Amino acid sequence: GRYQVIEGIMSPVSDNYGKKGLVSARHRVAMAKLALETSDWIRVDPWESEQETWTETVKVLRHHYNESLRVFQAKEFMRNKHPTERSTGESLSCQQPVLPELKLLCGADFLQTFQTPNLWNEEDIKEIVEKFGLVCISRAGSDPPQYIQESGLLRKFQHNIFLVKEWIQNEISATQIRSALCRGLSVKYLIPDSVIAYIAHHNIYTEESEHKNEGDLLQPLKLYNTKINPLSD
Amino acid sequence: DPDRKTEVVLLACGSFNPITNMHLRLFELAKDYFHETGKYKVIKGIISPVGDAYKKTGLISANHRVTMAKLATKNSDWVEVDDWESCQSEWLETLKVLRYHHQKLLSADNADVTNSLQDAVPITKLGRKRKQQPNRHEPIKKKNQNPVVKSVPQVKLLCGSDMLESFGVPNLWKLEDITEIVEKHGLVCISRAGNNVQKFIYESDILWRHKNNIHLVEEWITNDISSTKIRRALRRGQSIRYLVPDVVRAYIEKNKLYSPESEDRNAGVVLAPLQKHASDSKNSQALN
Repeated sequence: GRYQVIEGIMSPVSDNYGKKGLVSARHRVAMAKLALETSDWIRVDPWESEQETWTETVKVLRHHYNESLRVFQAKEFMRNKHPTERSTGESLSCQQPVLPELKLLCGADFLQTFQTPNLWNEEDIKEIVEKFGLVCISRAGSDPPQYIQESGLLRKFQHNIFLVKEWIQNEISATQIRSALCRGLSVKYLIPDSVIAYIAHHNIYTEESEHKNEGDLLQPLKLYNTKINPLSD
Repeated sequence: DPDRKTEVVLLACGSFNPITNMHLRLFELAKDYFHETGKYKVIKGIISPVGDAYKKTGLISANHRVTMAKLATKNSDWVEVDDWESCQSEWLETLKVLRYHHQKLLSADNADVTNSLQDAVPITKLGRKRKQQPNRHEPIKKKNQNPVVKSVPQVKLLCGSDMLESFGVPNLWKLEDITEIVEKHGLVCISRAGNNVQKFIYESDILWRHKNNIHLVEEWITNDISSTKIRRALRRGQSIRYLVPDVVRAYIEKNKLYSPESEDRNAGVVLAPLQKHASDSKNSQALN
């Protein structure tokens, strides 16, 4: 009863992330838009995908936080300019308006990647959990709480890490979807019909697309690998 | 001859209270499975919601359940909803529904399709060379039908491992019904990897005998979307988006279908098949 979720943002990674099988951002953004057509609160933001280089997650968070702050301040300005014109929906914020918070939404596997060497910058993780916050959805039965306790950094900011249990489990990974598509198997009722139609129309996922970036290092791994060397010794 | 494929119709019986994406996935998985064998062609999928007389706890009116299933399959070009079972005033054994749809299939072009229970007679095994009265159960041929069609279309019962394992629940199924289902029609059972279904079949002599007619399909992209969980989420005001088709979610919301009160329907009432079989001593025969 303390929070009101006002927006959800899906931010597809840019092409130079270098992940195996990653198809062009143009398509991934288009598919996300189709999937969210019926949602009145979740939207796709292409900013990250349009950046020329891979962008650290913390930078994406900062960008979107600054954006929401701008909107918030503009609203406040208008409110103060016309104090009598209050919309009915603002009864909650009649007193001091509260700054919106932006939280990173993820699954348990994402949280675990904090442990992968060189994938994350330690300072970035700290900023994410300290300044923003994490919302981690995990299957009933898996154990993110343990991992959080094991990490000094996460334990310190556990009040800003929200763990949500997914009781109605739905283990649809994109990897499995791509695999099914390559084999000509049905993915109906696993992803929205509009996305299935888009994939078919543009023939996006093929054996060939699966080989994209094969053998390459993920961009963050490339980045942090070179950072370490100059400092050693 | 690659054209000589056995035509299959998939029939799913159940409460569909409400229908979910999991139910719909069963059809897709079964269809892919049969096509990959190269020997079968799935021509139709039928969803047959159970009638209100089933008396399951929390079962809302058949009208709503049928409507939701129809909404869910509106943009499917091969899965449809049949309300014959739900229109019956008494609960019907699943076997009778199978027989009904089989008869319907056989007389596809014939305007003589009857709607009465008595006519859903047991069929003899088709497609095998054996002594029988000629033309006794020959399918009525369509005008444009290939005269060398391999065999008549089969109606197979599509289900999850829970239904298969419910064969073991005392008094829920008649042994002779189970036998006829697996012997004369066939079962398509979708379950996730690592389940107990194979063991369950192994431990039953009847199921083991007809295991060639029990098709086990593994569900690798698993989901856990049971109707029970959907109803629970709704009672708690939680989102069911992306778990059921959006049109179904909208219909449920508009008609305020599921509540603590609706969950209490039939509370304390004995399930129809249990009621029906309770007094029958024949049914004390175990499945094994």
